[in-house]
Amino acid sequence: MKRIVIVGVSAAGLTAAETLRRRGWDGHLTLIGDEPHPPYDRPPLSKQILTGDWPAERAVLRSPQDLARLEADLHLGQPATALDVAGRRVHLGGGESIGFDGLIIATGVVPRRLPGSDLAGVHVLRTLDDALALRAALLTGPRVVVVGAGFLGTEVAAAARTMGLEVTVVEPEPVPVRRPFGERIGALVADLHRAHGTRLRCGIPARRLRSAGGRVTGVELGDGTALPADLVVLALGATPATGWLTGSGLRLADGVVCDACCRAAPGIYAAGDVASWPNPHFGTRIRLEHRMNATEQAIAAAGNLLGDATPFAPVPYFWTDQYDTKIQAYGVFPPDADLRVISGDPSNGRFTAAYGHQGVVVGVLGWNAPRELRTLRRLVVERARWTAVTDAGPCPPPTVDRWWQSTRPRTLGVHS
Amino acid sequence: MKVIVDQHKCVASGQCVLTAPEVFDQREEDGIVVLLTETPPDHLMDDTRQAAILCPAQAIWVAEQEKQEGEQ
Ligand SMILES: Cc1cc2nc3c(=O)[nH]c(=O)nc-3n(C[C@H](O)[C@H](O)[C@H](O)COP(=O)(O)OP(=O)(O)OC[C@H]3O[C@@H](n4cnc5c(N)ncnc54)[C@H](O)[C@@H]3O)c2cc1C
Ligand code: SF4
Repeated sequence: MKRIVIVGVSAAGLTAAETLRRRGWDGHLTLIGDEPHPPYDRPPLSKQILTGDWPAERAVLRSPQDLARLEADLHLGQPATALDVAGRRVHLGGGESIGFDGLIIATGVVPRRLPGSDLAGVHVLRTLDDALALRAALLTGPRVVVVGAGFLGTEVAAAARTMGLEVTVVEPEPVPVRRPFGERIGALVADLHRAHGTRLRCGIPARRLRSAGGRVTGVELGDGTALPADLVVLALGATPATGWLTGSGLRLADGVVCDACCRAAPGIYAAGDVASWPNPHFGTRIRLEHRMNATEQAIAAAGNLLGDATPFAPVPYFWTDQYDTKIQAYGVFPPDADLRVISGDPSNGRFTAAYGHQGVVVGVLGWNAPRELRTLRRLVVERARWTAVTDAGPCPPPTVDRWWQSTRPRTLGVHS
Repeated sequence: MKVIVDQHKCVASGQCVLTAPEVFDQREEDGIVVLLTETPPDHLMDDTRQAAILCPAQAIWVAEQEKQEGEQ
């Protein structure tokens, strides 16, 4: 294999490139990314970059020297527009095309939008430019409505509220982050937000955006009520960035469909947010939008392209920061899983919990409990029997409480 | 080899401790990384490099001695 092309130069693409070089592969390497910036990290965008704790440069992933050490042809600000699988070529926006023997697809995801979301005052958050534009707008002191209470929506709400703004979150599910973490953890997250003065309108979908003179003025809800807003953040989830692969013949269905080794076709692999693969550890096909997975899957995909042929079977890891609360999780979280508190107490803001599904532990979650959670990871790795958790004695169910008001000093602006 | 950590970037994921428990630990109260040794012995070098690669916050740097000398 003489020529490898990597499309997407972010966490996954960059790691794949570094893995190839670290493994001693010294062929011709080309990296293609549509963003003009050198690779940067996304998790800080909804946290330190939005609140202004960090300047944008702190999110940069590699120094110019480290990038140069890759000895790669770096195409930045240039999208791949088509893939010719049989002819082994990637076509670029400028008309150029690049041949390859091996290809790694790492194009991530793009945010979902609503009709009319090209109005002034409507934002999404995926890129550094999105984050800088959103921060600049937040600094003008707007009334903020966040549509969608997944991880991104709740993080943005927390950041905006920390900046002292009036914030409302709209979510069709009865509680925030219900799909990933279930009803009870969702209720705790809801109360965390309420305790910080963020308003929640859960259980009602947003119907449409209201506007005047090309600017958003509010969000109309399913029940006909309207929330006035100067700024609306759409956090409706994201779809895999596979538009450029349409017609290539690769199987696309919620991402690039790969086998257990992250292979989409001979010599063509995918990694990161864009890749869907059957995880042998859990016996299900998954696609993860987690920072840790971007690195791990890129290492696996690059290794398999070089001939490892090793199934990629990680125990997924995810974290989210909401105000000063850190929620971390290992594993998978089926909607019908059982939840049980293992240590600590939800009513004082520090606990761990396990998720059981079909008789085994499939996930563990820590709420401000990083070290304890790390030790519980083995329950998921070893597929511990659920009875081992439930037989461990009576556990209090997670209760919703206002512990954080008494235990933690607030540094928020006054909510008018 | 010299290891540097940035506690302000660390997100308390504990991946470093899972990968190289002799080199890294986490603070009890908030899980932020603690460096146990700046200069790990040879047999821990691979694990330490792997920890730097896996850290989801890119909070660990490994300065390779050989390279620095070669560059000077
Ligand atoms: C604001 C925000 C906060 C997050 N916070 C957390 C967190 O707290 N914890 C966590 O675990 N995860 C978090 N994540 C998720 C994590 O950042 C992602 O899982 C990770 O960035 C995925 O990396 P990737 O390389 O697969 O994709 P991406 O980072 O999306 O990179 C894909 C790159 O490919 C480029 N691209 C797309 N199409 C093309 C094309 N046709 N041609 C060329 N280039 C193209 C894109 O522009 C992009 O630069 C967060 C994500 C965001 C957006
Ligand atoms: S792996 Fe990185 S983020 Fe996680 S505890 Fe170690 S230094 Fe911190």
